[in-house]
Amino acid sequence: MQELMKARAAALLSEGKVNRVLGWAAGEFVYDVTPTVFESREELERDFVYSPFCGANLSKYLVKEARKEGKILVFLKPCDSFSFAQLVKEHRIPREKVYAVGVECYGKTDATALRSLGITGIVGAAEQYGALTLNTLNGERRVTVAEAMLEKCKSCKTKEHRLCDELLGEEGEPVSDCSRFEEVEKVEAMTPEERFAFFRGELSRCIRCNACRDVCPACTCETCVFDNPASGIAQKAAADPFEENLYHIIRAFHVAGRCTDCGECTRVCPQRIPLHLLNRKFIKDINEFYGPYQAGDDPETPSPLTDWKPDDVEPGSAVRKGGRA
Amino acid sequence: MSTYRIREERLPALFEETAKKRKLYLPTDTAEGVAAFLPYREGMTLTASLNTSRSAKDLFFPQTETLADFKVSGREIAVVDVREECEDFLLFGVRACDVKSFEILDRVFLAEPVDSFYKNRREHGTVVSLACASPVETCFCGTFGIDCADPEGDAAAYRWEGYYYFVPLTEKGEEYLASVESLLEETDDGPVWDAKGEIYRKKERLPLKSLTTEGFGGERTKELFDSEKWESLSEACLGCGTCTYVCPTCQCFDIRDFDTGRQIRRYRCWDSCMVSDFTKMAGGNPRPTQKERFRQRFMHKLVYFPAENEGIFGCVGCGRCLAQCPISMNIVKVMKALKEEKE
Ligand code: SF4
Ligand code: SF4
Ligand code: SF4
Ligand code: SF4
Repeated sequence: MQELMKARAAALLSEGKVNRVLGWAAGEFVYDVTPTVFESREELERDFVYSPFCGANLSKYLVKEARKEGKILVFLKPCDSFSFAQLVKEHRIPREKVYAVGVECYGKTDATALRSLGITGIVGAAEQYGALTLNTLNGERRVTVAEAMLEKCKSCKTKEHRLCDELLGEEGEPVSDCSRFEEVEKVEAMTPEERFAFFRGELSRCIRCNACRDVCPACTCETCVFDNPASGIAQKAAADPFEENLYHIIRAFHVAGRCTDCGECTRVCPQRIPLHLLNRKFIKDINEFYGPYQAGDDPETPSPLTDWKPDDVEPGSAVRKGGRA
Repeated sequence: MSTYRIREERLPALFEETAKKRKLYLPTDTAEGVAAFLPYREGMTLTASLNTSRSAKDLFFPQTETLADFKVSGREIAVVDVREECEDFLLFGVRACDVKSFEILDRVFLAEPVDSFYKNRREHGTVVSLACASPVETCFCGTFGIDCADPEGDAAAYRWEGYYYFVPLTEKGEEYLASVESLLEETDDGPVWDAKGEIYRKKERLPLKSLTTEGFGGERTKELFDSEKWESLSEACLGCGTCTYVCPTCQCFDIRDFDTGRQIRRYRCWDSCMVSDFTKMAGGNPRPTQKERFRQRFMHKLVYFPAENEGIFGCVGCGRCLAQCPISMNIVKVMKALKEEKE
């Protein structure tokens, strides 16, 4: 797959169809890949990778990249393509500036996931059909990608791309047994006191690095309210112990109806806070109140939260239902 | 110097005894599997991770702390000094890199004008370090001349064949070991050398062992500052604060006022050169894009800090930024890219 992608990118570059390529570059070890813009065949040859460690969603970089001269090629995994479609819908990315290539994905992993399986000191790896042979400082370890999957991949909704100009590899299908709301249901089943304590506990670890926001493709405000010293709630001001909680509540509300559940927030959190739970609760509620809706499904359908229909659920009944659930 | 030891199974008793006399912090695993220094509770055990997710600097330089309160009544404003002597505490199991980071922080906070908040904690804190029996791929303390087999601190601990060995290094360390004397037995230092030998063998296999600081320091400031590499290195950086917040040597903070209506609380909180408003001032922002912010973080550690501190670098090679950056950009990649350019 990686070689196929490299060749395709190099061809499109030399044909002049695109000026730059947004992909992932190899790092020091095997897992530390970095989103990178490639401008030549040589750069692609030297650094380009596509591996089970390419979990990072590249679509948000397009907001910045599409403002530059020329056209950029981007490689999108199925979940990334939803973010792309959503950003196009929000007019954050001019569609014509991007050449989107969908790439197949069988789930991604990262060093954190491997470390929690007790695999440390990873210096290299080989992959074949989802089986990883890891070269570590303590000898060889074998594990499947499935065993060490990122949270977002465990709850993958579909392997089918949205809005791509072309596809490389095999196009997949929706994941029929996707169980992404199971965890939300567990939280819903708690008493309000338990739920409050649960979130207070989780969010108490937050260090306000804001990585969850900075990586989020739904967070593309030019200046975030939390970065604006005049707002009184700027990011550094953890003035009282509820501060972080408010930050997360506000953020969850702001991305409601726009969050595609790409899972990046949970992936990047250095404190391993299950941030997806908040966003998924909103997704689940929107589905229940307004009928099934998936942000980023296509670049046109308005979100139920920005649209109005005569038979929309009444706020009162939503509150009652929310209170019960 | 004398050496003491205790059987591994007796460690809980040692912790109990220690905690009776002062507040004890252990690197332990939280329920979510994040290693952290936490106040000791009965039954708490040491983490299996080599290092904690956040660094040990938190205990001397917490993320937020109150500096003063202002109470307004009528036309009077009273300034309330909230400083008080902190209680004695002991940090157990600090790695060599983190111990070294205290020295770097000392250079900043204990230089004139002395930061009394920091000084207070330093004076009341005792550090028991722990040699790294299994360094990992992200470790490069050796680059900065730190020996993970020979950690500094008030006392050093070594784990070897079912025992923990302790070597006091300062008066504070002597005093601590004396306070738990009943649980320790005196022994010769042979096993400590065995433990060290084993660590040296493991260090040989570390992938970053040949990384050096050559080419960095105060001499090439302009050249490094103007490097073309910053553009591509900073390209993917999200400008989050992860690397600065988990870094044991990052020391920048902001001072803010929290107005409750009747009272104003002046507090300080960590700040990060990676975020957009770090250098925002009335006249604008001298670091307008992520490139300048990103460059600042690394120039500070690799060039400005050594230039002003007799060649001591502002990084201890703990590898936290390698392990935790969401886009896997870090000081090692920066050093290698800048070196490559020079060649
Ligand atoms: S990434 Fe995690 S630690 Fe950082 S601000 Fe978000 S929740 Fe907090
Ligand atoms: S280098 Fe990484 S951790 Fe640091 S600010 Fe940039 S993205 Fe965040
Ligand atoms: S820059 Fe990175 S490796 Fe160096 S001390 Fe800070 S976190 Fe550790
Ligand atoms: S960087 Fe060195 S001292 Fe720090 S944890 Fe790794 S081996 Fe130990």
